[in-house]
Amino acid sequence: MAWRTIDRTKVSPEEMGPGLSAAVREKIQAFFPRYPTKQAALIPALHIIQDALGYISLQAMEDVAELLELHPSQVMDVVSFYSMFWTHPRGKKTIMLCRSLSCELMGGKNVRDALVEKLGIKEHETTDDGEWSFMTEECLAACEHAPCMLINEKLHKCVRVEDLNRILSDPDNDKLEMPRSDLFDAPRTAQT
Amino acid sequence: MAFERILMKHVDVPNSTSLSVYKSDGGYEGAAKALQMKAEQVVELVKEANVRGRGGAGFPAGLKWSFLPAERDVTYLCVNADESEPPTFCNRVLMETDPHMLLEGILIAGYATRTTVAYIYMRGEFIEQFHIMQKAIDEAYEAGYLGKNILGSGYDLDCYIHRGAGAYICGEETGLIESLEGKRGWPRIKPPFPAVEGAFRKPTVVNNVETLACLPHIITRGVEWWQSLGPEGSFGPKMYCVSGPVNKPGCYEGPMGISVRDLIYADEFGGGMRDGKKVKAVLPGGFSMGVLRGDLFPKAPDGTVDPAQDYDELDARLDFDDVRRYGLLGLGTAAAVVVAEDTDIRDVLANVARFFAMESCGQCTQCREGSSWMYKMAQRIRGGAGRIADLDVLVEVTQNMGMMPGESICGLSDGAAWPIRTIVQKFRKEFEQHISAQAPDAAAEWIRRVNPAAYGLPIAQGRAEVMPGGTFYRPDSEPDTVEA
Ligand SMILES: Cc1cc2nc3c(=O)[nH]c(=O)nc-3n(C[C@H](O)[C@H](O)[C@H](O)COP(=O)(O)O)c2cc1C
Ligand code: SF4
Ligand code: FES
Repeated sequence: MAWRTIDRTKVSPEEMGPGLSAAVREKIQAFFPRYPTKQAALIPALHIIQDALGYISLQAMEDVAELLELHPSQVMDVVSFYSMFWTHPRGKKTIMLCRSLSCELMGGKNVRDALVEKLGIKEHETTDDGEWSFMTEECLAACEHAPCMLINEKLHKCVRVEDLNRILSDPDNDKLEMPRSDLFDAPRTAQT
Repeated sequence: MAFERILMKHVDVPNSTSLSVYKSDGGYEGAAKALQMKAEQVVELVKEANVRGRGGAGFPAGLKWSFLPAERDVTYLCVNADESEPPTFCNRVLMETDPHMLLEGILIAGYATRTTVAYIYMRGEFIEQFHIMQKAIDEAYEAGYLGKNILGSGYDLDCYIHRGAGAYICGEETGLIESLEGKRGWPRIKPPFPAVEGAFRKPTVVNNVETLACLPHIITRGVEWWQSLGPEGSFGPKMYCVSGPVNKPGCYEGPMGISVRDLIYADEFGGGMRDGKKVKAVLPGGFSMGVLRGDLFPKAPDGTVDPAQDYDELDARLDFDDVRRYGLLGLGTAAAVVVAEDTDIRDVLANVARFFAMESCGQCTQCREGSSWMYKMAQRIRGGAGRIADLDVLVEVTQNMGMMPGESICGLSDGAAWPIRTIVQKFRKEFEQHISAQAPDAAAEWIRRVNPAAYGLPIAQGRAEVMPGGTFYRPDSEPDTVEA
């Protein structure tokens, strides 16, 4: 849970961040027929925005509120509730490491410590070169492969500390090679 | 035991996600048969088979469907694929290997409940699974198993995937509905139950992935086959998960009611403990259901073992009723995490307590405050600054939260209370040993460190002083530091 309040009179344009492009709007509008209300398209919309921008900027919140006929505060209410949505820019690749019990029992803590040391960042931070962001999550529902972590959309299984150098230096460590639907197609398209 | 795998029959089949493979051994025959029956007949059949929900609560699916009001134009079906209960992953395996089995189940349940739109609420971290399911849905639309006039029956059904965004509470059925509507996943006060007023204020059925995947087989194989598996009251096949330091962690299918010992040690399941270690504890139904002792559990207060009445608890059978004899809340998700003998139980307590402190949605005071209070205590105990009194306070807190004392909106707080209470009660001796091995002023020292404002205050005056105010978990801060 997190609550945030913002004094709108004092927000500079830089802080507002980028808004929605026409393509993103179109993609969001394609979700409208699925639901009886426009509001229901909010979470898919936020996924689409985060895929395009890398995070949910204040401007994007205002834009999507207008698009879905909501108040911006309703959008921020939702953004702040869900742990997958970032309200500040992320690196190109986000590591989401499981910290739940099976992974911890299989050595997840050592992996976390090694990652924090290698990347030199704390949770929810981004490396200076804009490459990596790091966070931990509760169980990723892949406990048979403990300890595991997601890099963007790819799941790395049975990660050992010795493997980390290899995983981090692999340029394809975040790519999911499979037939994919274009409904949610990123974060491939992110940070263009 | 020659058990025929039903739900996982395609796990080792190459290309099992495609429609052609699924259809090659009887796929969509159950749906075809169901669509020729009357909707009420399907409900009756499922009722007769006594299909109890696999999502955690074990509520009979047929009964749930029959609560829908008779007069209704629109009905929604929400498929609960949120699967966030650690350490559960059977729904993931099912969707990964056999998406069409789920779609067939959705079609049958949808037809029986006259559903117009089915939403699969899938947790946001399931990305690979999303693409697999979406591809299967596209295939099913093309082949006429979804869409208009399905198989010439005149029945229309649309099916969409709704991706969540990382919140355990959206697995709770009304939290799921709120999240589907584009809001915070805040559970609703019941009644009205979703069957009467659910998604978009319309009658709604929420069912788990595995529950729905069972339906095609009940239709094709009949009620008798279903009831031949598992003990009275908990029929059917079940997907079990086992993880932690076992030789073969994974998802396995068996009849209802296998014992925890089999799940860990049998060759067809977990295959024994790694390095021949002993089991210290098992959380056999996901976190929320509580803990079992894996070693001998002395009942006498002084800890002496009496072989006549002391036993470990691994003989608990995993069905809806037997686990309750061991002080568990229920079967839950039948996903066991095994803790080996060399693990510090304080780490387990802290991990479990953190999960609930982080995932409480914050609507009910006792859940929000209780879970984070317990997490702070667990952190302190783990940090070597616990007090014997903390153990009593932990138990007291757990007794005052949850739906059972009637204090909360949803079941998360019961799910938080149960494991913490059972861990503290069943492993109290070990906690006491750790605490008595601490330096005598460790607890006081901890408070000076985390809450300088309390410096110099006598700590025995009450609980308020030992609870640093305004602190919350920050992953890299151990112990907690005060935030402005
Ligand atoms: C806190 C909480 C979390 C839950 N999480 C899940 C979940 O992740 N998946 C699930 O299928 N059911 C979950 N449930 C159970 C659902 O509320 C509901 O009982 C279930 O989806 C009903 O489906 P079933 O009758 O087919 O079991 C959860 C319940 C609670 C109280
Ligand atoms: S019990 Fe906890 S999770 Fe459930 S509604 Fe209340 S605060 Fe939220
Ligand atoms: S505990 Fe790490 S994926 Fe489940």
